[in-house]
Amino acid sequence: MSWTSRLRALAADPDFRQGARDMASPSLGLAAWGLVTGVTMVKSGLSIPLAMGMSLLVFAGSAQLTALPLIASGAPLWVLLATAFCVNLRFVIFSAQWRHYFGHLPRWRRLLNGYVAADLNFVYFVKRYPDPAPSPQQQRYFWGGVAVNWPTWQACSFAGILLADRIPTHWGIGFAGVMALLGLSYSLLTEKMLWWVAITAGAVSIATYSLPLKLNILCAIVAAGAVGWWLDARKARR
Amino acid sequence: MSETLTWIALFGLGAITVLTRGFFMISDQPLPIPDWLRELLKVAPLAALVAVVAPEIFMTQGHVITTWQDARWPAALAATAYYFWRKGILGTILVGMAVLLPLRLGFGW
Repeated sequence: MSWTSRLRALAADPDFRQGARDMASPSLGLAAWGLVTGVTMVKSGLSIPLAMGMSLLVFAGSAQLTALPLIASGAPLWVLLATAFCVNLRFVIFSAQWRHYFGHLPRWRRLLNGYVAADLNFVYFVKRYPDPAPSPQQQRYFWGGVAVNWPTWQACSFAGILLADRIPTHWGIGFAGVMALLGLSYSLLTEKMLWWVAITAGAVSIATYSLPLKLNILCAIVAAGAVGWWLDARKARR
Repeated sequence: MSETLTWIALFGLGAITVLTRGFFMISDQPLPIPDWLRELLKVAPLAALVAVVAPEIFMTQGHVITTWQDARWPAALAATAYYFWRKGILGTILVGMAVLLPLRLGFGW
């Protein structure tokens, strides 16, 4: 089969399409966020090629935003990399879960899948396949999501880079991204117990916000995990 | 940083993205995952989302908001109401922004 017909077959595949459709619903929020990230990169002093390079190479919004002031102030490379690692710690946690689904693939495929798997990919994937075991349609579902997430992010980030002076970020358009994540959080509240998990995560994230390196997010995940574990144990005892 | 050094830094940051997102998939043998991490994984997607969202709604420059004249909480409230009425994420975004923008641009909240 030629690659065009293979591509066409993939585009017609129901799992691929489902993955793309799921990712399309928060994409307006993702777009706003990409735009704001693009503007911020240029405003912090990166040249246009560097900003585009950052978007394409790093592909991790929160790590990019954290790294920008460090690049601007000329921080040592190891500080920059250690900071990005800490900001991305949640992905280390996610990767333990990805392993259940992708562990059978060759290493380069595992790492490629990991590289393109942003937060939204993880949330939607785990929501659709709660049972942590590989199945044949998963790859197509995964890549359907990536096919929407990656180009949307890059296109909007590039738009932000090129139109940095014309986009009114003070309007608060980045809040569209927050609204997308808010709706997505609600869609995960499938059990009563999970409300307590969510409230814990939100409260702990705010209470520990002053910690450096976005460690508040990690604290929130750990605290929410502890509450979830405790509620599960209590339910099991009843 | 010079242009060249910044490019090196960007490749380094890209490598960090690969390293963190693929962390437990690097080895061919599955790394032993401790029980507590397994527990954590069950709530990780929800907790991570809420942990990002909550400060964006309730905090300004590192402090919890003390004024009610802030466009974000009415926007979040309207978006929440819409979500539980219709369940669509696109609608949730649009309703939230439809409340946020007039309050921010009209009243300066």
